[in-house]
Amino acid sequence: MDIVLQQLVNGLTLGSVYGLIAIGYTMVYGIIGMINFAHGDVYMVSAYITAIALALLTFFGIESFPIILVGTLFLTVAVTGAYGWVIERIAYRPLRSSSRLSVLISAIGMSLILQNYVQLSQGANQQGVPTLLTGALRFHVGDGFVQITYMKLLILFISILGMGILTYVIQKTKLGRMCRATQQDRKMASILGIDTDKVISTVFVIGAVMAALAGVLVTLDYGAFDFYVGFIIGIKAFTAAVLGGIGSLPGAMLGGLILGLSEALFAGLISSDYKDVFSFSLLVLILIVRPSGLLGKPEVEKV
Amino acid sequence: MSNAVVRKTLISLAVAGVATLAQAEVVIGVAGPHTGAYAAFGEQLWKGAEKAAADINAAGGVNGEMIKLVKADDACEPKQAVSVANRLVDSDGALAVVGHFCSSSSIPASRIYEEAGVIMVTPASTNPTLTDQGLPNVFRVCGRDDQQGDVAASYIVDKLKAQRVAVIHDKDTYGKGLADAMKSTLNAYGVKEVMYEGLTRGEKDFNALITKIRSVDADVVYFGGLHSEAGPLVRQLREQGSKAIFISGDGIVSDEFVSVAGSPKYVDGVLMTFGAPPTSYPSGKKVIKEFRDSGYEPEGYTLYSYTATQVAVAALSNNNLDPIKGAEWLKTHSVDTVMGKKDFDDKGDLTVSDYVMYEWDAQGKYHVVD
Repeated sequence: MDIVLQQLVNGLTLGSVYGLIAIGYTMVYGIIGMINFAHGDVYMVSAYITAIALALLTFFGIESFPIILVGTLFLTVAVTGAYGWVIERIAYRPLRSSSRLSVLISAIGMSLILQNYVQLSQGANQQGVPTLLTGALRFHVGDGFVQITYMKLLILFISILGMGILTYVIQKTKLGRMCRATQQDRKMASILGIDTDKVISTVFVIGAVMAALAGVLVTLDYGAFDFYVGFIIGIKAFTAAVLGGIGSLPGAMLGGLILGLSEALFAGLISSDYKDVFSFSLLVLILIVRPSGLLGKPEVEKV
Repeated sequence: MSNAVVRKTLISLAVAGVATLAQAEVVIGVAGPHTGAYAAFGEQLWKGAEKAAADINAAGGVNGEMIKLVKADDACEPKQAVSVANRLVDSDGALAVVGHFCSSSSIPASRIYEEAGVIMVTPASTNPTLTDQGLPNVFRVCGRDDQQGDVAASYIVDKLKAQRVAVIHDKDTYGKGLADAMKSTLNAYGVKEVMYEGLTRGEKDFNALITKIRSVDADVVYFGGLHSEAGPLVRQLREQGSKAIFISGDGIVSDEFVSVAGSPKYVDGVLMTFGAPPTSYPSGKKVIKEFRDSGYEPEGYTLYSYTATQVAVAALSNNNLDPIKGAEWLKTHSVDTVMGKKDFDDKGDLTVSDYVMYEWDAQGKYHVVD
């Protein structure tokens, strides 16, 4: 019993990280119908910025954990957001009117550029950051215990907060209305006076900011990263986005949670060798039953 | 028609030109993960070979010709290993190769060197298959995973007296090979592992796997793999409150293991098998001092790489730079190296294996367990 509960805790935290990154895939797809393959590498860049921010803050003699956390979050989110904006500006906007395929190739190119640029500028070695927050909450269940480290609690809290704020922004604010209008019909939205280019840029920044949240949290938790770390987690987050229905914001969060939970439960209860096989089989099954994902809307062909 | 003949002549002239140029120096390839997640090991290989080449050149070179090292980066990827191996033998004209590092790269590359008649001396690939293929040109100056696995298994059974052993591997040639070798010796001692599972290279979250290790109540966790996964694994193991003893092989012998784990306190007490301290041989004193004077600590496989270069050079210099004769010669002659006298058997393995158990301490350093 305690083991199953523990696996649920493991899966929830992993899933919320997938969810945060999946938001970047799903929003970009929703608004311009492209898959941003460089998104996993934006996450990787944010891990490096986290380490740089930590080093900067410790250099200035700041030692209290809350200040370090807020400072790192602020710096990383700002710089990664800028990366998101610049990437859209130089790699995707010039191709706005060309076919989807060219943008896709541009995205793959961007992904390679980011990986190689980080590898050259930061070195190809494994990087690590020291542990800042230790300790855990333990609950006794039967003979054993279920525990959640404070860091994992923080991951859950910040991801829920981040997703909550984002949902509010998209549903209730003027910016959100502009995003939704652009998503529904970009041409009509621009005729009605919405600067769609600006909206698209904003969406890229939002995606990068969410990836940066995940980057800070995961880097502080696991401590280890390298320039290739965005690849696997990017693929998983993309899977989560497709699973939940690409283009749908709640779908990305739900997809992330389902993927995280299914991985943890399968690895924990059956076999970790085949956990990825299981996750992707699940994806195939769901797509057979619901081709547009769990919460996705089927695309209506306009004539 | 005549046009084609002219072109052919030009090409053969150009090839001849390259060949004469190449004769002025002896090209030795240094193949390994010079970039990528395992670049720390590539650096060890390069530093060792670079120093060996510099020392040999300063002493007059190989039969009067200077050694020229060529870096070949395989990033520990089998596909890339094959393409850099082809490049080394075709366009660089290497007579010998020091490398590769990962067994999964060394094995496919070794066939290319065999076809081209080039000597391959790996400082670090320990998977048994490499020399069991029966290729005449392949040598290693490190041990084999079956020997390494034996040492680990007997330590677990005799010294730790552990009964509940969880065996984890990274599904790669080296990691799984090592874990399997350890497991079969363990089973021969009558201890059945309580768990045998693989993890995915490149991932960082192993919490689900660790909860499972906790649930089978393992005393010992044996990991076959490299430090980039071993670090997060041991850290998350401790975070989940497990006190199981963590044992791994020579894939974690790098200072990076500590930084990847996050803090020396997580690696405290971790055990690993590795060859007898390469710095302990009297014949290596001078080289080690020179390394340290230059501000570089020859850790891990650095001296193995130096040794591999010496072995390759000895084979070439005693056989008029003929790699095929050199390979035959190595099987019947011993070579004096910075790591003592080395003898090879018919397969190209060392005749003496010297694996011992090391322990990491709370300062993030490793030393031999008495």
